[in-house]
Amino acid sequence: MEEEMHTDAKIRAETGTGSSPRGPGCSLRHFACEQNLLSRPDGSASFLQGDTSVLAGVYGPAEVKVSKEIFNKATLEVILRPKIGLPGVAEKSRERLIRNTCEAVVLGTLHPRTSITVVLQVVSDAGSLLACCLNAACMALVDAGVPMRALFCGVTCALDSDGTLMLDPTSKQEKEARAVLTFALDSVERKLLMSSTKGLYSDAELQQCLAAAQAASQHVFRFYRESLQRRYSKS
Amino acid sequence: MNLCLQRLDGRQTYDYRNIRISFGTDYGCCIVELGKTRVLGQVSCELVSPKLNRATEGILFFNLELSQMAAPAFEPGRQSDLLVKLNRLLERCLRNSKCIDTESLCVVAGEKVWQIRVDLHLLNHDGNIIDAASIAAIVALCHFRRPDVSVQGDEVTLYTPEERDPVPLSIHHMPICVSFAFFQQGTYLLVDPNEREECVMDGLLVIAMNKHREICTIQSSGGIMLLKDQVLRCSKIAGVKVAEITELILKALENDQKVRKEGGKFGFAESIANQRITAFKMEKAPIDTSDVEEKAEEIIAEAEPPSEVVSTPVLWTPGTAQIGEGVENSWGDLEDSEKEDDEGGGDEAIILDSIKMDTGVEVSDIGSQDAPIILSDSEEEEMIILEPDKNPKKIRTQTTSAKQEKAPSKKPVKRRKKKRAAN
Repeated sequence: MEEEMHTDAKIRAETGTGSSPRGPGCSLRHFACEQNLLSRPDGSASFLQGDTSVLAGVYGPAEVKVSKEIFNKATLEVILRPKIGLPGVAEKSRERLIRNTCEAVVLGTLHPRTSITVVLQVVSDAGSLLACCLNAACMALVDAGVPMRALFCGVTCALDSDGTLMLDPTSKQEKEARAVLTFALDSVERKLLMSSTKGLYSDAELQQCLAAAQAASQHVFRFYRESLQRRYSKS
Repeated sequence: MNLCLQRLDGRQTYDYRNIRISFGTDYGCCIVELGKTRVLGQVSCELVSPKLNRATEGILFFNLELSQMAAPAFEPGRQSDLLVKLNRLLERCLRNSKCIDTESLCVVAGEKVWQIRVDLHLLNHDGNIIDAASIAAIVALCHFRRPDVSVQGDEVTLYTPEERDPVPLSIHHMPICVSFAFFQQGTYLLVDPNEREECVMDGLLVIAMNKHREICTIQSSGGIMLLKDQVLRCSKIAGVKVAEITELILKALENDQKVRKEGGKFGFAESIANQRITAFKMEKAPIDTSDVEEKAEEIIAEAEPPSEVVSTPVLWTPGTAQIGEGVENSWGDLEDSEKEDDEGGGDEAIILDSIKMDTGVEVSDIGSQDAPIILSDSEEEEMIILEPDKNPKKIRTQTTSAKQEKAPSKKPVKRRKKKRAAN
């Protein structure tokens, strides 16, 4: 399949009406990102992967409550809100995963006794939600100007019953998969920052998924770089 | 009387900011932007039992949330006044005006009705939340499609979206809120105040109206005293504004409907403006994963084998087990206390397990009073065993070198000294 890049014409993309089959050569869905779309937060980004869309807003470094302050670094807080209903345990657990990833890259020691709050709102969920949240959080942190030692990205892999690897699965593929693995990788050496998995897989499959995620992360980081280059192209 | 005012953003007194409505890929999902104020709305449905006093009506549930990203002041627990006010106003506007036909939501009278839930999330606060929220709510309700249901006698069939096209809700009219901000005791009024204007306004008048010029809700807050003709004038202005907004909504819904029918692309991805410098898109990118298997094998081959895990659980009593040894006890010595109780019969110590444990501090639960646990003596310290009758729950142990279990006995136990278990 030829990869065509049209920036203004109508482009083939994955829409909600069923997923087009992605063959054994896996592929990432259509990505889109818009930064600085909200006027109140210090930084904001909307990240779309296919039909999955997450909006992230960052406030910080800002004043922190005395009960939460840490004397030598910034207090990072992540809040994830689902679209329907009240946030539950799944959201809390994802918040913690994202917070741990952000804490690993954000240079908190440059802003002691401050708070950096990342608020994520799920706008639509069509598979690979945690990876999309991570990507949105990273772009929002960049937009806010929070100092980081590296960028990070999230990639989701799914293994189906015959062991075929799929990257960036849709919700239908995730439901039918035997295992779904999400990795957060950093941009400097593509090292693993966080991994969250669900399902059965062997250690060989884990390493294969990780290697595939590392290959995919190159594209994501290229996307970040091009979008930031575009943004600062006129300054 | 209104003189010629200059607003901060250049609008005239009666001007609304730009309203932009975009739809997502699921039915019932929309984002409404009123200037910079942004609200996300999502409608969902569920089959539930009806309320007891309304057995033939469906249930409507509205929930507006002020997301923490909307304004730095919105922290959980600190926004309750505003939140309650907005939610109540929204409910009055949409529920009490009977804009949704709840009778049509009934499936089986008294047993199953549809519960329609409208979740609104404020994403950015630049003033006039109520207008944006009411537009988002009504747009989402008009856009939503619920699964089709057919009832044949006693049988109820719920069709999935693939089997039968989902059905829109039955909506009688579209009430939309219009806000008026008053300044200087009613001297000046502004339509659609933005955040700065809201901070300095004296009071707010909200009129919810539909395009047939029927007032659904009216609320005046802030303690301003308005004259009758001021209120009448506002309602006339509201009528004009609502007509414009309703037209905009219908056009947006029609466009979305057309795009979906023609098989074009829809969803939020399409509403990201291509020409904005802060927006960027990338097409589907194939990833070459042909070498992952080799890489994986290399990594596994080079990795050390996983360390042997020796797990020898120790069963203290039924219900209490121990894996691992814990860390050195950092408490001081327990004071010795002489016990001069009668000695019971021979207390036998049963050594459950001959593992030598170097250190351990455990607080073990005595589940049953019949089997008090004795954790054995340490090499250095004396072990004081409290009477099971008096302290039925916990025994704090000191460093242990081996474990012994006492035979079931309720008699108080004498202090033991320097007993070592055989290895």
